Amino acid sequence: MSGLGNITKKEIRELLTPATFVPIILVALIFATLGNSLQGIQEQAATPPIIGVINEDNSTFGTMTSTILHERAKVVYNSTSSSDKQVGLETLKEKNGVALIIIPQNFTERIRHEQPGNIEVYWIMKGAGLMDTLPPSIFESLIAYINTNISKELIQENTTVNASFVLSPTKRVETTKFKDQEFIGLSPSILSGMLSSQTMLIPIVMMMIIIMAGSIVITSMALEKENKTLETLLTLPVKRTSIVTGKIVAAAVIGLLLAIIYMIGMQFYFSGFQFSAGVNLASYGLVITSTDFIWIGASLFIALIAGLSLCMLMGTFAKNYKSAQTLTFPITMLAMIPMFITMFADFDTLPLALKIFTFAIPFSHPMMAPRALLFHDYTLVIGGIVYVAIFAIVTISIVVWVFKTDRLLVGTTKFKWLKGLTRRRRF
Amino acid sequence: MAAVEVKNLVKKYGSIDAVNGISFSINEGEIFGLIGPNGAGKTTTLRVLSTLLSINGGSVTILGYDVRKQSADIRKLISYLPEDAGAYKNLTGRAYLQFIANFFDQKEVPVIVQKGIEIADLGARIDDRVDTYSKGMMRRLLVGRALMTNPKLAILDEPTSGLDVINAQEIRKLVKTTAQSGTTVLLSSHNMLEVEYLCDRIALISEGKIVEEGKPKTLMEKYKVRNIEEVFIRTVRE
Repeated sequence: MSGLGNITKKEIRELLTPATFVPIILVALIFATLGNSLQGIQEQAATPPIIGVINEDNSTFGTMTSTILHERAKVVYNSTSSSDKQVGLETLKEKNGVALIIIPQNFTERIRHEQPGNIEVYWIMKGAGLMDTLPPSIFESLIAYINTNISKELIQENTTVNASFVLSPTKRVETTKFKDQEFIGLSPSILSGMLSSQTMLIPIVMMMIIIMAGSIVITSMALEKENKTLETLLTLPVKRTSIVTGKIVAAAVIGLLLAIIYMIGMQFYFSGFQFSAGVNLASYGLVITSTDFIWIGASLFIALIAGLSLCMLMGTFAKNYKSAQTLTFPITMLAMIPMFITMFADFDTLPLALKIFTFAIPFSHPMMAPRALLFHDYTLVIGGIVYVAIFAIVTISIVVWVFKTDRLLVGTTKFKWLKGLTRRRRF
Repeated sequence: MAAVEVKNLVKKYGSIDAVNGISFSINEGEIFGLIGPNGAGKTTTLRVLSTLLSINGGSVTILGYDVRKQSADIRKLISYLPEDAGAYKNLTGRAYLQFIANFFDQKEVPVIVQKGIEIADLGARIDDRVDTYSKGMMRRLLVGRALMTNPKLAILDEPTSGLDVINAQEIRKLVKTTAQSGTTVLLSSHNMLEVEYLCDRIALISEGKIVEEGKPKTLMEKYKVRNIEEVFIRTVRE
């Protein structure tokens, strides 16, 4: 065999280990699950929006608008009187609709007098994620189409019509209903944008802490093995629980310090465009109170402990610094996935599989907490804290158990696939 | 009372028998040597006695404590020096000794650290970071760490590994002195001269079994050879 072939063969043999492949396979599985679930949301977004129409104006433009809406959207509620608004909204809620459109009596008349005809839109917003604002976005293109048709009609009827008026002959009067609250004058996209700017900081900070502190824990375990200090440590008069807890607490402290530094920078960054839409959420009663901050802090702390326990467990499999870097990857992914999920979708509107998956990831909870607290959804926040606390206790117990067995030193395990990750044996 | 009592110890790694029913006892204040070829089961035995590994059969008692049930009590009385041990590279030698001493009686910490510094005998280098130490300096620091706590039982795996002749001899003298002051020593070594010089009694282990045990002089007389090395070769080959 040639020198090149010999070296290549040796390198491949060394790299072809479960330690290299298991984390990547896990990440691939996570992405596959995520992809399948997101596909469901995209398919939903591609279908015509489900709406209700109340047309009080049976003249030219009212009829034209109503016809376009019936042709291009799925109309599940129809009426000719605005007094049926509440019934319409209830029907839409039942039938998963996105908006109730009211064409008022004077719609055609106003346009004829070169005044924008009001189209009243009552949005039913289900979630505050970017994906949740897709159906309203599709509907917005429908309004643009209505405008174009009215403009055409106006020009055909009267060539001397006011040019600036004819370009936008209608005006939307919007009200958004979200989580049993009414936001007058706000569209779902503005509301979603405002909520995102208010709640985006925590997911990013959480992700950064987990990545940084998690890496510290895994590397610490790997270095204990690589520097041959672990055996000595395990023969000292100190409880295994103290070793595990000490490592987790130290990493949590460093992680929080790093997070504080990071948060200061991010706070300045976000403050730049927090009120960019000219709307203050506080005026709608959406405020995170000091009690809410305590809940967020508790959620963040418990999730950090749970995350670090998981990292510690991964760290017990690390043979050396190099393998520690590989093992950090799945943790990074677990921190990034809920960050993107909470950014693109709302927990309430996720498909069931993705909902379970998101809830199962301990890092999701502090990311979801700020938005949930804005709408006083304490069940999700407290439920999350309880779940993550149980997760942390179970994980720490497993780590302590691993520390009490031979597995840490000799890598003996019932699971054959894990042997490659842990093998280190000397007689 | 025997400081260490090992009866029919069995330790398996999956289907491999690393230690297959060995028995020996060590008296208090005695230096006992465990000698054997690579892979014979020496390190496994030392790790079991150090409470690092569980056992599959037999029993091990250290200073009256059962290694299966009372490992926490045993850890207060023993000190283990693994053959390839290291220290925390970001710490100085002194900080490392301080870190270890903090696990013991808080009132004794300064005394323990001082003793560790004396045994390590690194001079001003004790305040340098461990990652700047040579292999010999590192070993001296670790021997200092292992003996500074006045353990009832010191388990030393190749204590002079990596040391030059002069340093190795100093460590041997130190081990001897430590035993004279009441510490029981269990050591393994590939250096037969060291074993002959240090040990009151030795056990030769091969393929997980003890093939010979006794005082070095008695064994040399039994096999009609001039040194332990020849006893070792004869017993292992037989």
